Amino acid sequence: MNISLNITETIQDWLMSMMPEGVASIAAMVSVALIYLIIFAVAGLYLVLLERKVAAWFQLRIGPNRVGYWGLLQTMADALKLVSKELTGTVKADKFLYNLAPYFVIISSLMALAVFPFTKEFQAFDINIGIFFLIAISSVGVIGILLAGWSSNNKFALIGAMRSGVQTISYELSVGLSLLTMVLLTGSLQLSEIVESQKEGWLILQGHVPAIIAFMVYMIAGTAETNRAPFDMVEAESELGAGFHTEYSGMKFAYFFLAEFINMFIIAAIATTVFFGAWLSPFGITESLPWLGVFWFLGKTIVLVFLMMWFRWTFPRLRVDQLLTLEWKYLLPINLVNIVIMAVMVWLNLTIKF
Amino acid sequence: METTVVKSNFKSEEYFINMGPQHPATHGVLRLLLTIDGEIIKKIEPDLGYIHRSIEKMCERDSYQQIVHLTDRMDYLSSHINNEAVCLTVENALQLELPDRVKVVRTILSELTRIASHCLWWGVMGMDVGALTTYFYGFRDREMINDIFEETCGARLTMNYNIPGGLMFDIHPNFVKRTKEFIAHFKTKLPEYDTLLTGNVIFQKRMKGVGILSKEDAISFGASGPVGRGSGYSCDVRKHHPYSAYDKVTFNEALKPDGDSFARYQVRIQEMWESMNIIEQLIDNIPEGDVQVATNAVIKLPKGEFYQKVETARGELGVYIISTGTKNPYRVKFRSPGFSNLSLLNHIAVGGKIGDLVASMATLDLVIPDIDR
Amino acid sequence: MSYFSDIYKGIKTLLTGMSVTGKYFLTSRKGAITQQYPDNRATLKMFERFRGEVVMPHDENNEHQCTGCQKCELACPNGSIEIIWDRAIDETTGKKKKKIDKHVYHLGLCTMCGLCIEACPTDAIVWAQNFENSTYDRTQLTKVLNRPGSKVKAGIED
Repeated sequence: MNISLNITETIQDWLMSMMPEGVASIAAMVSVALIYLIIFAVAGLYLVLLERKVAAWFQLRIGPNRVGYWGLLQTMADALKLVSKELTGTVKADKFLYNLAPYFVIISSLMALAVFPFTKEFQAFDINIGIFFLIAISSVGVIGILLAGWSSNNKFALIGAMRSGVQTISYELSVGLSLLTMVLLTGSLQLSEIVESQKEGWLILQGHVPAIIAFMVYMIAGTAETNRAPFDMVEAESELGAGFHTEYSGMKFAYFFLAEFINMFIIAAIATTVFFGAWLSPFGITESLPWLGVFWFLGKTIVLVFLMMWFRWTFPRLRVDQLLTLEWKYLLPINLVNIVIMAVMVWLNLTIKF
Repeated sequence: METTVVKSNFKSEEYFINMGPQHPATHGVLRLLLTIDGEIIKKIEPDLGYIHRSIEKMCERDSYQQIVHLTDRMDYLSSHINNEAVCLTVENALQLELPDRVKVVRTILSELTRIASHCLWWGVMGMDVGALTTYFYGFRDREMINDIFEETCGARLTMNYNIPGGLMFDIHPNFVKRTKEFIAHFKTKLPEYDTLLTGNVIFQKRMKGVGILSKEDAISFGASGPVGRGSGYSCDVRKHHPYSAYDKVTFNEALKPDGDSFARYQVRIQEMWESMNIIEQLIDNIPEGDVQVATNAVIKLPKGEFYQKVETARGELGVYIISTGTKNPYRVKFRSPGFSNLSLLNHIAVGGKIGDLVASMATLDLVIPDIDR
Repeated sequence: MSYFSDIYKGIKTLLTGMSVTGKYFLTSRKGAITQQYPDNRATLKMFERFRGEVVMPHDENNEHQCTGCQKCELACPNGSIEIIWDRAIDETTGKKKKKIDKHVYHLGLCTMCGLCIEACPTDAIVWAQNFENSTYDRTQLTKVLNRPGSKVKAGIED
């Protein structure tokens, strides 16, 4: 079988045959964007369902099982409900920023999805500074959260937003540095090349000890980046009610909610790409069927997403000053030492390659 | 009116925030007026009265049998012990000698109530510091006790099983078997509470050295129950003024000298072990006999003032009845543990973060209907 | 050095915590404590002492055991029982005797304290184990416990 999943080129070639070049490339971009939007909106909804099911299993419950077989349509029904709900707001809210904020959050998380190599061909946008692009884009989302907290004229929301600001600024460093540790191994920021270099063994094996430390740091910092428990200072249900999205309802709330889950997917997908060989199968067992890469990629991602859910449903929440202590006194020094160790290791050629 | 008073004292950086009456951390309709500087709490003013039902006034209207069921609605998590408090007061006033069976059954049920209340507290405590799963584990074990109560008393929460003069009816034949089953089950589950939450490094960081209450302050604020004992203040009514069958059992009073949130947490965990210990001593030899002493259909207390205190899951509950010799009390006053424990919130949480306030408040184990009555 | 031992101990405690939830995750199929309430109506049985609502049992001759002594009405703390009674000539003895016209029970006021049932000398009222008491109209919560045309069982005296 040779199914071509190189969607951008396939669509572009098909469109080129019908219309002039400029129009065709714009049309291709729009259609690819639409395909991604639909796929990941639905994927986000199913991540919500997965979270609810996993939470239920941790908590001796059954979880949603009423809408559709095994509750499979539950989140669809929830989304429909949210679309139909009234969009409320506070009287003295800064209306422009208030309405802008959810789009900031959801668009920034959807943008990051463009660069992931689901298989060798199934990658919408293979930019040569892929990792850098991901780090940059993932910090844009916090602006939306800050805007939401500031503009909704609610002190609880403001506290949540300010916490989010301090949290994201701190943990951005750890995420970046732990990814840079791995970039030292590959020598490239381009995601397709990072995957290519893992054909000699996944990076977490190539880099052994420092890579495992980098992975642990990345998972902690990544969980913090998505504002999920145990780092959910931003929402902190028992402290701030709902945090920055206290005053949002209906679809605007749903955007925040969906963005959280897509962000979780993104964090896991970055880890999959950088540490676990993206679409590469273990020991190349399915090398002859490249389209199976999608399943490998998603499988690895789901495992990491499950790990984050496991964190969430087990650990208590940190306090805001402990959150900063963890970052600046533990993760960051460890990370800096780790990056030096990795550099020395690459220099002395101590990496493991098959 | 209140806000203007507070505003005039504001420094420019401080702001004012309403925590409650509808807030997940206040566990009910308690309103805290917080003055905050950034994240740091400067002042806490609890505002009460949202579910005041004037239970004390209603008691003046009711006969002594009828008072009992109102106390179910005070501290609804230890309703059996509340009922017992009223019944003991009336029985002492009438100088009734109760059969041993009544005393032992009351003690077992009280300790089961205490375990149930602490289970719920543990779950909610975990939820307040962000570990949502604890809630369901705590409720799973509490549910077994609720089943025991439902089978014997007929209700899960508002039992009203005590009447002045004994118990409303005898225990269910399955009671002993079910209680033993529960003890066996809970002995495997309580260590799990420790592995899941107590040992957790995040939890310890959140609790240790937070919300410190010294022994002197505990006494002067009138703290009782696990809150007082967490500060090293030996205030267990069961130990110092034994009632029912507590003089027949041996148990240790859970005492921790540290006075921080973690000490209060540990006291409650240890109390669950002690309660199991008490139940195990009594469950195998419940004496045979009547479960009621005959009283008049219309109980009239002799003229005078009567006081009895008991140890509920939250602390010392006092019942004070003034009687003029009629069938209704002249005045009833409940000394509820939650009210005095709430009064020290401002003392222990000021200077901490918002997260500390929530954690400290969770260790006080406030039940708002108990405070407001 | 305590810096590193802190990290080690911290991670260890976190992993032990995760092992507890992980264990329940793996045994979740049989461990679920949820009752799927409306679906399990057939198997859901309340305990025999469960206080659902007060009812007055009638036998096959449409006879109950209530003499109209009003002790339950007096015992009730909330006024949820009202007895409307009359005097009628007893057929067997020929004397005038108290008999109930209506035993009115306001379920909406009832706190399920059980004092009325304790007070009843003839066991005329008992607890029912029905707990699905919600209605769309609160007037439906006011119930007349004795059935129309019913009368007191012969020989019941208080």
